[in-house]
This record gives sequence, C-alpha cells and structure tokens, in this order.
Amino acid sequence: MFSLEGLTAMIQNWLAANFNPTMILVLQCVIVILLAITLFAVLGLVLVLMERKVAAHIQIRLGPNRVGPGGMFQTVADTLKLIMKEGLTPDKADKLLFNLAPFVVMMVGMLLLAPIAFAKNFQIWDLNIGVLYISSISSLSVIGILMAGWASNNKYSLLGAMRSGAQIVSYELSAGFAVLSIIVFTGSLQITDIINSQENGWWLFKGHIPAIISFVIFIIAVTAETNRAPFDLAEAESELTAGFHTEYSGMRFALFFLAEYINIFIVCAIGATLFLGGWMPLHIGHWEGFNHLMDYIPSSVWFMGKTFFLIFLIMWFRWTFPRLRVDQLLNLEWKYLLPISLFNLLLATVIAIYGWHF
Amino acid sequence: MGAISLIALLVAAIAFSAGGILVGKILVKGSSNPQKGQAYECGIPTDTSPWHQFNVGYYLFALLFLIFDVELVFLYPWAVVVKKIGIVALIEIIVFIFILFMGFLYAHKKGALKWN
Repeated sequence: MFSLEGLTAMIQNWLAANFNPTMILVLQCVIVILLAITLFAVLGLVLVLMERKVAAHIQIRLGPNRVGPGGMFQTVADTLKLIMKEGLTPDKADKLLFNLAPFVVMMVGMLLLAPIAFAKNFQIWDLNIGVLYISSISSLSVIGILMAGWASNNKYSLLGAMRSGAQIVSYELSAGFAVLSIIVFTGSLQITDIINSQENGWWLFKGHIPAIISFVIFIIAVTAETNRAPFDLAEAESELTAGFHTEYSGMRFALFFLAEYINIFIVCAIGATLFLGGWMPLHIGHWEGFNHLMDYIPSSVWFMGKTFFLIFLIMWFRWTFPRLRVDQLLNLEWKYLLPISLFNLLLATVIAIYGWHF
Repeated sequence: MGAISLIALLVAAIAFSAGGILVGKILVKGSSNPQKGQAYECGIPTDTSPWHQFNVGYYLFALLFLIFDVELVFLYPWAVVVKKIGIVALIEIIVFIFILFMGFLYAHKKGALKWN
C-alpha cells in the first residue's frame, strides 16, 4: 500500500546500519535538499495547471488542452519557454538587490517547509516552537517583495511593492490571532502535538464557534497575505501591469511566479494542519467502525486532500469576488477582522479554560 | 532532523534559484539594445525617477502593525500556558487586550486608519 509512514524509519535504519554519524547527517541533508527541490518543481507544475483548469471550469471553457493529454504538460512547456527567455536587468536598477530578491523569496518558501508534517512521521524538523517559527519566517517574505519593488526603479514596481507590503503586514495580524486561538486549545506550539490533539476530531469541529470564526478569518487573511484575488491589488494588472515583478523577466520572473504558488501551498498546509487535523483521518467521537474505516486511507492522502481542498477554495475566491480598493482592503482588516479576531481569542480562551470544547 | 535541516533547505533554495537562472544564462544569447535597459512605462520614455517621496499612509500602517505584532509575540507564550493557569491568565489577558484596544480606538479616533 502507498504510504510514507514507514519510509522515513526504513531510510533511517538503513543509514544507521551502514554509515558513521557524520556521514548520516550529510546524507540526510542531501535527501532533504533533493526532496525539497523535487517538491518545489512538482508543486509549481501542478498548481499552475490546477489554477488554469479551475479557472476554465468556472468560466465554462476548456483551459489548456494542447500539450499532453488534457493539457497536462502545459506548465512544462511554459517553464521551458521561460528558461529560453532573456533575463533583463534595467540600467538604473539597484543591481544587487534586484538579483537578490528572487533568492530571498525562494529561501522563505523553502524554510517554511521544515515544520510541515506531510504524513505521519514524515516531517523535516519537528521543532517545539513550530507555529511561532512559521509565523516568524513567513513575515520575512515581505522583505523579498519590497526589495524587488524598490530595486526595479520602476513606478509600477514600487507602488505594487508598497501596497503589497502594507497588505501583508496588516493581514498577518489577524492570521496570527486566528492561529493563536488554536494554540490556546492545544497548549503547544509543536506541530506534532497539534495534530495529535485532533485525534478524536478536528479543531474546526471540536472548537465550537471560536474555531469556526478563526478558520474563516484565517482563510481571508492568508488569501490577502499571498496577494491572491480579491486582494490582489499589489499586482492589479489593469493598473500596475504586474506589480512588484514588472521588471523581472525570464527565470527570475519564473521564480517569483513559483514562489507565489508555493506560498499558497504552504499557507493551505498550515491551515489544514491547525484546523483540519493535518494528516489525521476524519474521526468522529466513539464511532469505532467509522474511525477504523477512515484509518485505511493513508495519512499522506489525507494531508494532501485537505491542503488541495483549501487551495481550491482560494482559487475559487478569485473568480467569485471582485477586487477591493486599497482603502477598503485596509478597512476590512483594521476595522473588522482585527477587533473580531481579538474578541474571538478571548472567547476561545474562555471555552478552553472551562473545557467546553469536545 | 535538527537545526541543520534549515541549512540544507537554504542550500536547496539557493541551488534551485541559481540553477534556474544559470541554465537560462547559458541557453540564451540575447541581443543588446539601449531601449532594453529602460524601465517599463507602457511604452513611453521613462520620465522622472520613482525613488522619491510616496504616501505617508503606508508608514502609519507599518507603525500600527509593529505595535500589534509585538502584542502578538507576547501572546504566544501566554497561549501555551493559559490552560494550566486558568482563570487568572484570562483576567490578565483581558486587561492586556483592553489597554491595547484603547490604544487602537485612540488611533482610530485620530484618523490613523483613514486612507487618503
């Protein structure tokens, strides 16, 4: 049966039997590097195609259907095209920052992979401050965007970067508060503990109203944080051409494009972990038979299923809601989401202290 | 794996990005043309540098963000232990959030949250 659970243990045992400790560490690093690069490449290819297919489905058209069966290899062709494009740097740009920005954005995306549990026992580093680590690293992504916008020496880029910066830092707050209300329930920042605490039900169902409010706020906030429509005025193509990456071309543009989709994947994975139980199968209270049946589905399938469901939700938003204006966007965050999430946190605390959750 | 995995991931990020850019550099010949180095402005020649003053509104929001983000960081350790401490922690955090909320209302009253 397809399962990742035993794989890590098998590799660990094999390494321990054949090599000395230093060599094991080096080999582990090599495995992590190879896996991370493969994951990035595959995710980029899959998510871009998924975006176009979902868009096509919602607009009742076919979408990409020429390259490969059902347009499956369309993104591969696009990537090849982007590799063959010339990477221009504007004469007046700040060359160092301009070239550094795509690296920063990619590094943030890669580092965020570390605490995510892709399946049972399949995690790069299960550090005890997992959630804090995620929120601190993900706030670095705004630096890459501001760097790109500033260094381009282009008005569209600068405006796009400023908008995007204001938007990301604002929505980070309510995302943080939404995450905190789950931490109050679990009492641990470690990803494994959070997932194990959902063994008899996911927090979305167990945590009553505050968990549901948190989930809604989290989804809105991460949609804004990843600069997705309806909050995509950082790259509102009708006003700013492409926002902060207007001046980027060729592979550097491809890196920004990829990083955007990777970020969507990562925030959805975090949402799935905190609210929908990560790799934990759907368990309902004391329905032993049902729970047992659900355990037959491998944990990696559960995790990917939940993550891709959230990704689909975010892609769906794009074709449902019109784009907000910049003042509406900031109003929504500062006048509605932030106060609501503050009081929601208090509500969650009351429920957690009195043990009213299931 | 421990903290070394972060170094491995950083190496992966640099290898991935640098690899892509290098392959592009090797494959593409490219041509030189003075127009290519111009900043994009919908086709018309570039006029004035964008590196000058811009709306102060962004700065205000950055300041507000800083205040609330520090609050958020303070709340993380609290959230971990709140279940063990119980009702005292709840009262403490109500006081904490109340004071911050007053500051928030003050900023709101002063018009810091208004976009012009």
